[in-house]
Amino acid sequence: MSATMRTIPAPPVSAETKPFWDAAAAGRLLLKRCEACGEPHYYPRAACPFCGSARTSWQEASGRGTIYSYSVFRRAPVPYAIAYVTLEEGPTLMTNIVDSDLDAIRIGQRVRVRFVPTDGGPPVPMFAPA
Amino acid sequence: MSIKGKAYIAGVFEHPTRKADDKSVAELHAESARGALADAGLSFGDVDAYFCAGDAPGLGGLSMADYMGLKLRHIDTTETGGSSYVVHVGHAAEAIAAGKCNVALITLAGRPRAEGMATGTAPRSYGAAAPDVAFEFPFGPTVVNQYAMAAMRHMHQYGTTSAQLAWIKVAASQHAQHNPNALLREVVTVEEVVSSPMVADPLHRLDCCVITDGGGAIVVTRPDVAKALRRPRVRVLGAGEAVKHQAGGKIDLTYTGAVWSGPAAFAEAGVRPADVKYVSIYDSFTITVLITLEDLGFCDKGQGGKFVADGNLISGVGRLPFNTDGGGLCNNHPANRGGLTKVVEAVRQLRGEAHPSVQVKSCDVALAHGTGGSLATRHASATVIMERES
Repeated sequence: MSATMRTIPAPPVSAETKPFWDAAAAGRLLLKRCEACGEPHYYPRAACPFCGSARTSWQEASGRGTIYSYSVFRRAPVPYAIAYVTLEEGPTLMTNIVDSDLDAIRIGQRVRVRFVPTDGGPPVPMFAPA
Repeated sequence: MSIKGKAYIAGVFEHPTRKADDKSVAELHAESARGALADAGLSFGDVDAYFCAGDAPGLGGLSMADYMGLKLRHIDTTETGGSSYVVHVGHAAEAIAAGKCNVALITLAGRPRAEGMATGTAPRSYGAAAPDVAFEFPFGPTVVNQYAMAAMRHMHQYGTTSAQLAWIKVAASQHAQHNPNALLREVVTVEEVVSSPMVADPLHRLDCCVITDGGGAIVVTRPDVAKALRRPRVRVLGAGEAVKHQAGGKIDLTYTGAVWSGPAAFAEAGVRPADVKYVSIYDSFTITVLITLEDLGFCDKGQGGKFVADGNLISGVGRLPFNTDGGGLCNNHPANRGGLTKVVEAVRQLRGEAHPSVQVKSCDVALAHGTGGSLATRHASATVIMERES
């Protein structure tokens, strides 16, 4: 089941998150890391959600992770798999699992990022079996 | 300052409608308010505090105070989704204990069914300004597939099964058969639940709550006001509230904010889970109940599946009767928000006014718990413990 069979809504881009989406368009997945406490976080924010510091900077992620949980939405016109993937760098993010038999998806499975086009916006990070 | 014993629930009302084609949302709020005030033996003129949440139309509390003609000296429009009204009971008790008001009115109403809302199955965006939307909405999050991921993880980590989850729906249906207002009164079996159509793995259609129109209201008063009324007296013993979020990406779907709201409420009330004779547990989905029961300490973490199985939640059968009105799974989930009706059924139980077939014997302590938002990633948990005063 290919992700391109369903229309992916464009993410709204703000000044706060524009660097993330510019990188996504170039095929790179970014995280935010706090320069004060050292914690990485996702979704990216201007202020660190762990210590409140405004000294956060963008960091490129490896794009590798494992499936923390998932669910195949069977009732959708085109069934799709929503998932939480835990990145090698630590944070867990919401995504879709693509380029996979929906019935073969498993928790703990190793996956790799793949940017998928959206409806008039920048591409979004989805994950496929590694 | 503790609220223990400083406020009473004097009136409750659950609107009997389940589809309100010919009523406005404001009208449903006001009808519910009138019902709860009549139940208490009070009138609109007695109300000096008003509580409502995001379901109130227009300017919320201001529009509804205007519509109902309330003269207020205290207002609280705390919005925490379906748990709002359980939060409101705690806040009302605090305001009363602090001398800010005498009679607090809490209302809820809505008509998602008449409006044809795809409550759980349509991807929901809370607007471009919501900070998480860009990083989630493109992936098609719905209410049901987000709760489903919590269920999937619980199964993976603790071996919970679909059949165990199904027992929660079975218990609700056993209760709902006695409720003439319940949307679904048919008793179902574990087999019927697990063979119902899969909506979002691993949640089946019968793991999901109903979509209903309607509403409800609660009246919380000062002790002396309650004692002057001709109704069985229900005291608020303790309350707790908590918000759980994604913790910057350290996501754990296996527990809820009930791990914090529960102990806070139990500590204030001075009771333990073993003292509780009846529980109303928010049941948007079967998994919501299972995780909440663990988090409140009714069983160990990971043991929820075994705990709910074999009828343990059925009144007259199991150790912990729950949602004896049929809950959100069978009876009612007005405005897609089930917190208020949780308090209503707990009060019925404490008064001895539940249906005789589901009334818990010697029901002196009851707990009501609300969960509002996305389970384990952005939700509020609220727990209220109440006692019948003999």
